[in-house]
Amino acid sequence: MIRLQTRGEASRVMALTAPLIAVTLTVVTGAILFEALGKPAGPTLHAYFIQPLSTRFGLSELLVKATPLVLIGIGLSIGFRANVWNIGAEGQLTLGAITGGALALAFYEVDSPLLLPGMLIAGTLGGMAWAAIPAYLRIRFNANEILVSLMLTYVAGLFLSYLVSGPLRDPDGFNFPESRLFHDAATLPTLMQGLRAHWGAVIALFAVIAAWVFLSRTILGFQLKVLGDAPRAASFAGYREPRLVWFSLLLGGGLAGLAGVIEVSGAVGQLNPSISPGYGFTAIIVAFLGRLHPLGVLIGGLMMALTYIGGENAQIAIGLPVSVTGVFQGVLLFYVLACDLLIHYRIKIGRPVGVKA
Amino acid sequence: MQNFTRRHTMLSLAGLAAGAAMTAALTAAPQTALAQDLKVGFVYVGPVSDHGWTFRHDEGRKAIEEKFGDRVSTTFVESVDEGADAERVITQLASTGHGLIFTTSFGYMNPTVKVASQFPDVKFEHATGYKRADNVSTYSGRFYEGRYVIGQIAAKMSETGVAGYVASFPIPEVVRGINSFLLGMRSVNPEATVKVVWVNSWYDPGKEADAAKALMDQGADIITQHTDSPAPLQTAAERGVLGFGQASDMIQFAPETQMTAIIDDWGPYYVARTQAVLDGTWESSDTWDGLAPGMAVMAPYTNIPDDVAAMAAQTVADIKSGAVHPFQGPITDQAGNVVVEEGAVLDDGALLTMDYYVEGVDGVLPN
Amino acid sequence: MESLTLITLSVITAATPLLFAATGELVTEKSGVLNLGVEGMMIMGAVTGFGVGVITGNPFVGVLAGTAAGAAMAGLFAFLTLGLLANQVATGLALTIFGIGLSALVGKGFVGVTVNAMQRIEIPILTDIPVLGPILFGQDPLVYFSFILLGATAFVIRKTRVGLILRAVGDNHDAAHAIGYSVVLVRSLAVLFGGACCGLAGAYLSLVYTPLWAENMTAGRGWIALALVVFATWRPGRLILGAYLFGGITILQLHAQGAGWGVPSQIMSMLPYIATIVVLVVISGDKAKIRLNAPAALGKIFHPAR
Repeated sequence: MIRLQTRGEASRVMALTAPLIAVTLTVVTGAILFEALGKPAGPTLHAYFIQPLSTRFGLSELLVKATPLVLIGIGLSIGFRANVWNIGAEGQLTLGAITGGALALAFYEVDSPLLLPGMLIAGTLGGMAWAAIPAYLRIRFNANEILVSLMLTYVAGLFLSYLVSGPLRDPDGFNFPESRLFHDAATLPTLMQGLRAHWGAVIALFAVIAAWVFLSRTILGFQLKVLGDAPRAASFAGYREPRLVWFSLLLGGGLAGLAGVIEVSGAVGQLNPSISPGYGFTAIIVAFLGRLHPLGVLIGGLMMALTYIGGENAQIAIGLPVSVTGVFQGVLLFYVLACDLLIHYRIKIGRPVGVKA
Repeated sequence: MQNFTRRHTMLSLAGLAAGAAMTAALTAAPQTALAQDLKVGFVYVGPVSDHGWTFRHDEGRKAIEEKFGDRVSTTFVESVDEGADAERVITQLASTGHGLIFTTSFGYMNPTVKVASQFPDVKFEHATGYKRADNVSTYSGRFYEGRYVIGQIAAKMSETGVAGYVASFPIPEVVRGINSFLLGMRSVNPEATVKVVWVNSWYDPGKEADAAKALMDQGADIITQHTDSPAPLQTAAERGVLGFGQASDMIQFAPETQMTAIIDDWGPYYVARTQAVLDGTWESSDTWDGLAPGMAVMAPYTNIPDDVAAMAAQTVADIKSGAVHPFQGPITDQAGNVVVEEGAVLDDGALLTMDYYVEGVDGVLPN
Repeated sequence: MESLTLITLSVITAATPLLFAATGELVTEKSGVLNLGVEGMMIMGAVTGFGVGVITGNPFVGVLAGTAAGAAMAGLFAFLTLGLLANQVATGLALTIFGIGLSALVGKGFVGVTVNAMQRIEIPILTDIPVLGPILFGQDPLVYFSFILLGATAFVIRKTRVGLILRAVGDNHDAAHAIGYSVVLVRSLAVLFGGACCGLAGAYLSLVYTPLWAENMTAGRGWIALALVVFATWRPGRLILGAYLFGGITILQLHAQGAGWGVPSQIMSMLPYIATIVVLVVISGDKAKIRLNAPAALGKIFHPAR
């Protein structure tokens, strides 16, 4: 019989080997899947994982795609430690895009170095405001934040659609539902000439470091860590729930809002009805892939971004249907999540020790 | 939450990197494609199997493959989000040897123009937009011409004089279609009206069906739609109400219900543009074709009497010849303002930006 | 009066898939497992139900197949989260990505194909009773089944030993394990039941609601079902309130549009979401009672020390 035995301490060897095993299994499964669908396994895997990483353009795009995932993932991971289930980051991102973008459009004629910082602040505040609703309703009325934050995501999407079809519509845009293109003063500068990677990536990296410092060097951060590890101990220690709920949601919402304004200012350049392909939801996966640790979130965000870009690339280079990229992405996540097991448990084959036959 | 140290995260990172390196070792470098005259790329907003908008564009792509065989190869990318992803996909196509790229949704306009400025030797074709450049053309279909025809059929076949219109998003293209449909109805029955329900989605079969039900509950006895799924037509069939197909011929979903359908036929245009690139005669242009060149095609007339079918066929012929224009004056908007005088027709600029209902549409278009 | 009947009929159709999926997820969560893969299990139920319905020509066989497909997806989830102790939230989300992709892949051949839809039951005389007749006696068989299923679920959870075990495992797995219950077995069964219900909900969409197959046709309904479980504060009876409130407002706003209200359609479309929040706030007054019903071990990984 196969059993799992808890390791006394997380295994260092396995921390290195587990992802390797996951990648190997993914490659093998992917090869079988692709061959079964009549696509050559080698070139498809190459297009998926190697090609995007082998050009400056690919690396730049990886940063563009990972930036919102990492930013949101950082905020969510801290909230999840406190057992606050904010699954509406997508809506908070949308609100951040709206408030930041609206500022850019309101000062459309103004060419000021203050505009961009103002937008980032406005976006952060917008996301915080949207997250404050579930926080307030939970504290004041016991309304569960899972439902409130999720429902508000749909409301935010419709609100954005309304705004770009009406009040924020490009006056010279033939009444199509999108805003004007932002001017340079409202556009995040790029990091490299001719490539899209922008300063948002640096902000995301800063958020990772800040979260790391916060969790390891501050008392509140330490409390959150304890809370995540042993919720019961935390409740005995007398943490004040309202404060944690407010903190978690405002932090998560603020970073999601920041990601939203960075996305419209850096990558999209205007407001339109589809500014995010579900970053707020994908970031939940990123947070857990990263085991709620800031560095893990960074790696998880880059990995998820690579699977999306690789999927597009495989469509172009090999003609792999988008449905297969979804299946493959799911398989990869399953393996990575399952292989975590090896870090914390030993697999024992045979009878439990001490049990006599 | 398991405790997890910094060191382990680092090690995991190293593990992932090693895994990636291993993948590289395991996989051969991609083979280079066979030499061809032209590679044509397509960017789709939905999946090719949506049986609506994207499906029709993909049929157009297949027409290229059929026509040119080995001389031309095509590539498509499905379900590309209209946010930041679009620019990356278009750039990827342009930088991998595609000489002609069709971007088939309005939201791709700004990314297309931006990428085009970086790839002056690649030709771009953007559907439904209004921004052009030396290497960017725009194209779109005058599907509203077909809607005028089905409006006439609706008025003939309706007993209540009320048609129901399942609409997607309040953008000019959709508003124009509603107005054209109503004007078609009124050309037959001056008292006819159309009720509109917006579902805020291009494709949500359940919601489209619900909208069709709501319209029928309020007295509509003809159903038409500007959303992509056959659900409204199927729902009409359940209640014995007649309707029209959208984008594709949907007769198989409602054999006793569909009277005709407005089919998007992009094939001839795609073939012509590909030919132009091969011949070196491609130039930036703005194409807005309707029934006459065959970008909009009516499906066979079914479930209607011969005289109604004959009327519809005549109207199609008249629109093709220019004898009839759907937006022929006098036309008044809901406030009673005359937007086109008697004897004049609405110009293309006014058609492109239309954001008001004409008189006779039941309801208010909020702005 | 007649229009009231018609509106009610539309609401029932809109609410039924939500009710099925939410009932399943409620049982899963009661056992302490949070499966966010509802959307992925539903879409697999939709494509399998439709495909088998097309091949066999029998919508009932299709519904059974869709139910089985949902359970199979749940089995994968159970293997990963209960067998290999993978994180439930991330695995559930990955299950949704996987399910949407896989359903599109296997459904390629069924696009544009038609199926024998499941017909409504027409009981002579009874169906002809004005107003209530069509509502009470003229539904498709699955509508009745949704109420039977929910009633049975409520009964089992509250009144039976099985329900007691389920709640014990969901509230405190260590204690339940100590008493001698197999936590993994109980949870696996609850997860499979949840998946089967989600598969059934998907099959309802593709065989009854709109008899067709299209990629992504669940269009986010799995997420609404997840929210409804929270809305119901894990009490089965309240699921009906939630599903019918959400479905009802959705239909009513479409009617309001048809009647020509001059409110932007985006604002109208927000109403079901806002109404659900407002009602949740109103009914969430008693904190102690919510705590009582919420499974305390929700989402926590169980591994016995010995």
